[in-house]
Amino acid sequence: MNDPVVAKRPAGSGDTGAVRGVAAAPTATEAPIPPTPEASETQTKVHVRPGDRIFRGLATGSGVFIVAIIGAIGLFLIVQAIPSLGLDNVNFLTSREWNTTDPANLRFGILDLLLVTVVVALLALLIAMPIAMGIALFLTQYAPRKLARPFAYVVDLLAAVPSIVFGLWGLFVLGPVLFPISTWLIDNLGWIPIFAKGNVNVQLGGTVFTAGIVVAVMILPIITAVSREVFERTPTMHVEGAIALGATKWEVVRTTVLPFGKAGYISASMLGLGRALGETIAVAVILSTATSSFGFSLFDGGSTFASKIALAAPEFNDARSAGAYIAAGLVLFVLTFVVNAIARSIVAGHKEYE
Amino acid sequence: MSTLSADPQRLATPPTFQKVGAARRFKNGLATTLVWGSFLVAVVPLVWVLYTVVQRGFPVILDGDWWSKSLSGLLARQQGGGAYHAIYGTLVQGLVCGVISVPIGIMVAIYLVEYGGRSRLSRATTFMVDILTGVPSIVAALFVYTVWITYFGLGRSALAVSLALVLLMVPVVVRTTEEMLKIVPDELREASYALGIPKWKTIVKIVIPTALSGILTGIMLALARVMGETAPVLVLAAYAPFINFNMFDGPMASLPLLMVNERNNPTQAGFERIWGAAITLVLLITLFNLLATVISRALAPKTK
Repeated sequence: MNDPVVAKRPAGSGDTGAVRGVAAAPTATEAPIPPTPEASETQTKVHVRPGDRIFRGLATGSGVFIVAIIGAIGLFLIVQAIPSLGLDNVNFLTSREWNTTDPANLRFGILDLLLVTVVVALLALLIAMPIAMGIALFLTQYAPRKLARPFAYVVDLLAAVPSIVFGLWGLFVLGPVLFPISTWLIDNLGWIPIFAKGNVNVQLGGTVFTAGIVVAVMILPIITAVSREVFERTPTMHVEGAIALGATKWEVVRTTVLPFGKAGYISASMLGLGRALGETIAVAVILSTATSSFGFSLFDGGSTFASKIALAAPEFNDARSAGAYIAAGLVLFVLTFVVNAIARSIVAGHKEYE
Repeated sequence: MSTLSADPQRLATPPTFQKVGAARRFKNGLATTLVWGSFLVAVVPLVWVLYTVVQRGFPVILDGDWWSKSLSGLLARQQGGGAYHAIYGTLVQGLVCGVISVPIGIMVAIYLVEYGGRSRLSRATTFMVDILTGVPSIVAALFVYTVWITYFGLGRSALAVSLALVLLMVPVVVRTTEEMLKIVPDELREASYALGIPKWKTIVKIVIPTALSGILTGIMLALARVMGETAPVLVLAAYAPFINFNMFDGPMASLPLLMVNERNNPTQAGFERIWGAAITLVLLITLFNLLATVISRALAPKTK
């Protein structure tokens, strides 16, 4: 709802320029590098009260704190993962084995986790992307004006449902419903590798298929919310121009809204992908753990990074074994960091969204 | 107009306004159907989930014991007992998290809007808030685990959970507060400066009160969100079937943890506990959402 992509007015507002009544504000929005407040203060010798200095320090300190936290997350995870990585008896990146029960003989590799994580997230994205675009278009272009707000609220409600509830629903309610569909797909399309019979009991529903669908539902609100913000910003002139040329509703959308919002929509989908990669408890509850490795079938089970860590976490007691999971967490952190950074940079490159 | 199309007086040029062709009408209709359809598709899981939770959980929470007893001393298959130990845990962990996150979040937003301008630190902070928004809850939990438990050698406790939740709540508070501070008109700030009021007092007495309704709404929504988080409690707090008032030590239950714990309990008692906890959690979150709406209604005129 309150996503960062929403309008960012130039934040020059209450700056020192306003104090001095100098007409610095309008130019500050265009100048690439406005004069720093410190410099301008010394020029005009504005008396800075102690209260101001303290408050400014607190505010700036909080900003620094946020930057430091992200650094600390990376640093602490790296520092505590390294000793275990050194003790790892198999290749961390290419092994499919995960055995940390004996701290003296650690054997852990992330390949299987990475594959399951990526496949679940991509399946979720594949399902959620077209639907989210439909909803965003519906809310901005098609829904009756008066109903658009309540409808948007309904979609946001999806984000309010805790992920554990989605997980339990997926396991106990959706899984059994999907069972006939799964068996049909396996029986009739089993020759296609992604529909092959998997390494877990389909009847229990703990497959990548179920998990992907549930995660798709969970990332719908974020993709919708961000796309909606962008679609709403389509210049009215473009829309009216298209209407004046006799375009149908769909042609208006196709020629004005979609080209304008494309980058925002892609960015929104990346944010959704980030969520899907990190989704923890719903996946942990749904996915059955498999004994054999992941075979690229939708009906395989397994573990994602997040679900593996979550399920093992209560038994963390040896620093060396815990380090293996921290290493997996680090990979997940880097993965989501990169995906989110790409999403942000796409939007940052489009000044018209501001 | 169609009368003009009689053959002898046929127009030299085709009429300016032509009917929309069948293909274009078909495409338009198809798009409209798909767009409406996708909205309906999104409503299905929402209704389905809520129906499941209410239908299975509602009978459980009607019992007064649910709100006033814990599961202390009960076997997995024994029905009865309640979840007040878990409700307490969820609320207190959420509130402590809120007490820590709100000042930090608001100060960061003030920095970004009032002080930062377009400086390098400001841009870095904005970027990092964005990144923090996307940090998976399990990573936040692992981070607190590495600092709190491995580095400082402290035990698992409810406070550690709250600290992990802070990481998830701060970016939400920053975002909403930032948006709200930005829509406070500059004229208010300038009027205050013109009267010789220091900048910090202007922010505290003029800017914040004007934006208060929106900020509080954002805080409530953020609280509702962190209370449903499961990954941090799973990593950082052990489950206890009895009440524990101590935030600093010992296992403490919370509603998500109760659900995770009981999900492998195949008995009727397990079924009741899972869905009872689910509906309680959904109700708590709804309550905070409603509170947010009430607050924003009650304080709204000030921003207009």
